[in-house]
Amino acid sequence: MTQPAAPEAGAGPDLPRPVLRLSGITKRFGALVANDDISLTLGQGEVLALLGENGAGKSTLMSILFGHYVADAGSIEVFGRALPPGQPKAALAAGIGMVHQHFTLADNLSVLDNVMLGTEPLWWPFSRRAEARTRLLKAAGDFGLEVDPDARIGDLSVGERQRVEILKALVRGARILILDEPTAVLTPQESESLFATLSQMVAQGLSVIFISHKLDEVLRVSHRVAVLRAGRLVAQMPSAGATPAQLAEAMVGQRVVKPVRSRGTAAPAAVQADGLSSAGVRDASTAPADPLSSEVHKESARSHEVVCELRDATVRGAGAWPLLDRINLGLSRGEVLAIAGVAGNGQAALAEVLCGQRPLNAGQVLLQGAPLPRGPRAVVRAGVARIPEDRHAVGVVGDLALWENAVLEQYAEPAFSHGGFVRRAAARAHAQDLVTRFDVRGTEGAGLDTVTRQLSGGNMQKLILGRALGGRTPALVLANQPTWGLDVRAVAYVHQQLLDACAAGAAVLLISEDLDEILALADRIAVIHHGRLTAAEPTERWTLARIGLAMAGGAHAA
Amino acid sequence: MRLERRAKVSPAWLLAAPFAAVAFTLLVSSLLVAWAGASVGRAYAMLLEGAFGSRLAITETLTRATPLILTGLAAAVAFRARLFNIGAEGQLYAGALAAVAVGGLHGGSGFEAPAWLLFPLMVAAAMAAGALLLLGPALLKSRLGVDEVVTTLLMNFIVLLGVSALLDGAMKDPTAMGWPQSVALQDALQLDKLVERSRVHTGLLVALALAVALWVLLQRTTTGFEIRAVGANPGAAGFAGMPVGWVTVKVALLSGALAGLAGAIEVAGRTGYVTLDMSPGYGYSGIVIAMLAMLNPLGVVAAAVFVAGVLVGADSMSRAVNVPTYIADVIVAVSLISMLVATMLTQYRVRRS
Repeated sequence: MTQPAAPEAGAGPDLPRPVLRLSGITKRFGALVANDDISLTLGQGEVLALLGENGAGKSTLMSILFGHYVADAGSIEVFGRALPPGQPKAALAAGIGMVHQHFTLADNLSVLDNVMLGTEPLWWPFSRRAEARTRLLKAAGDFGLEVDPDARIGDLSVGERQRVEILKALVRGARILILDEPTAVLTPQESESLFATLSQMVAQGLSVIFISHKLDEVLRVSHRVAVLRAGRLVAQMPSAGATPAQLAEAMVGQRVVKPVRSRGTAAPAAVQADGLSSAGVRDASTAPADPLSSEVHKESARSHEVVCELRDATVRGAGAWPLLDRINLGLSRGEVLAIAGVAGNGQAALAEVLCGQRPLNAGQVLLQGAPLPRGPRAVVRAGVARIPEDRHAVGVVGDLALWENAVLEQYAEPAFSHGGFVRRAAARAHAQDLVTRFDVRGTEGAGLDTVTRQLSGGNMQKLILGRALGGRTPALVLANQPTWGLDVRAVAYVHQQLLDACAAGAAVLLISEDLDEILALADRIAVIHHGRLTAAEPTERWTLARIGLAMAGGAHAA
Repeated sequence: MRLERRAKVSPAWLLAAPFAAVAFTLLVSSLLVAWAGASVGRAYAMLLEGAFGSRLAITETLTRATPLILTGLAAAVAFRARLFNIGAEGQLYAGALAAVAVGGLHGGSGFEAPAWLLFPLMVAAAMAAGALLLLGPALLKSRLGVDEVVTTLLMNFIVLLGVSALLDGAMKDPTAMGWPQSVALQDALQLDKLVERSRVHTGLLVALALAVALWVLLQRTTTGFEIRAVGANPGAAGFAGMPVGWVTVKVALLSGALAGLAGAIEVAGRTGYVTLDMSPGYGYSGIVIAMLAMLNPLGVVAAAVFVAGVLVGADSMSRAVNVPTYIADVIVAVSLISMLVATMLTQYRVRRS
């Protein structure tokens, strides 16, 4: 797709026909200023990209626009009329539609049912399905969003579900569409199709706010970019002519050193890490170039000693395809092997198998030549360091103290227990050591007794990294979406820790939906689709298009 | 109005929550007292005097607090592991019946064994009866995901009807002139009085010791660590390698045993036999007590004494100022609701929109 033609309204704050005008929006949560005097306009037929790190205030701003929050100060005008604050219904009626990152669809209902849901008065005894179907098909035709109205949502792909979400907004009469991280769940091909839809929508006079933190994408689809940082609008510029480096600098505010591997065959364990690493040695010869690619190289330490091997590993599921379908994979000492794939294609089952939480139905897993023991405790003892996908749901017990979470995996080991009692002094000393070495912050005041839920995402992840990597040198590191939802600095830290573990001789299995992350870290990449894994090939042999094709199942097509 | 999660939960607020809840409860109840036509000040003065104002009042309150501490502990430990045992009432009766079955005067004499052997057997039988009663719901929960609130609640009715049948049948005391009550416990198995000329018995010491033991278990042992972790986040506990299902079963056995013990101690310390009205809802009050104590075993003791004081004091208040004793039930019920709200407010703040 080519960049959509700029709308006649042009860019800049003084549009002739703004459909949406936010003036001086300020929102505080206690001491935190989530939005600080933000003024923005959106022109008709314009795609405005809203860019910012996690916690920059994008979601808060959109929640205010949509009536979920009430701003402490400022006003909103839609199509020239003031929008009453705090009323989602008013926002809907004014023609604002929102497509959330996590879909709000009922899986067991049809597309038509989902689109109709909530649009009909409850006191009316009959449902006007025929009329709704006509409207749905018209909207689908107008914007090139093909769907089968009678398909069950549960049977649709993620890309199709997103189309239903967009249709839901359009059928309700949305003229302004807010898309929250719409490409986060899509394959590259599905993203392309979304971009095509967007250009059709703006051609017909709709306006779009596109929330993202992917710089390339933002530059491609938007006419104008607004960058938020720490609650402030720090930059606004036309997309034409802007560079990723410019945007990144505006977004982050300062240079971020991002660890990136080089793929050479130099001596193993020759680690050159950046200042973020605790164990790394700074390489003076690496000259920073631009904000995001002041690359710090880590030579590949890959050897041919196989640490972990899966042989015909199969896990049957309740669905149409096995969760894992005869997977064969070998991980060598000192390499990062990444599993790419769209969420829900068997990654969870693979992670659970390696975490000791799920037995195989067929095949076997070998860790350093011996069968992987059963149960998480035995797996941890055998040298697997585990970084789970969901920090809050399985990574930590939020209501327990920080020090208790630090020993959550090892509390039953003799080092931390004696005669059925917890050796509190030893456990706390260990936790203190991890807090120091892994730079866990946010413990001022309560110290080790800080309730873990109160830590930020990044610090929680540091605690989990510390728990997994801190006590010993693991044989295998399983990192499942290790940087999901983290800010740029925390991402860099996590990446460096993984590379350090790798340099120390561990094999790292990285499961990620973020291709940038995979390309930056992996020595080899394999793609999973419907439980089947492609052969793992060196990163340089993949192209983005081939990965995308494999993610969509193309590698297995006849 | 909307609720927003607080970034930090202040420990001072957590400590103040039960007191705020009790104060609010008394405020609400005073409206009812006034409505009944009594002077609020005098009514509460009578309630306080009736609960703690004399030697008799204090011993009566402590006697009443004894089973309440045990059922409170039963609820607290189960709720900590997020096993919502609503069946302590039934487990208490099962324990009481098991105690009489082992230590009762069947056919005029009962088992001919020395008390040092029979007493532990009686206690063990009572605890086993309570534990087994909760084992079913716990297994149904951990294996099949059956909601334990429903199963334990319904078990109460089954047990009470069963007790009713036995008190009119196999366990009926033939010397009770037709009253539905069980045979009496052997004299040698009765608990000693703690204070002369009162009803306080050594069961109180057992309850206090168990409160301390349970605190140690939860806060200091690996088992307690598992219980707290499983209760707060079973997903993370399982990921870390804790045997979630087994922990649930262990907690169920412990909780049921505590409730069963409450029944045995009531029989051995106070009533001497089982009747259908031996527990005025101790099992249910235990839930209120556990919540008031924020599931802290040591707090359970204080909360049990508070609830016992309200129940005992309401009797003398009712006699003196002619307010129905039901006010005690209102106070206990309202205190549960206000405690739940107070706990929520320590976690969330209310914002006007």
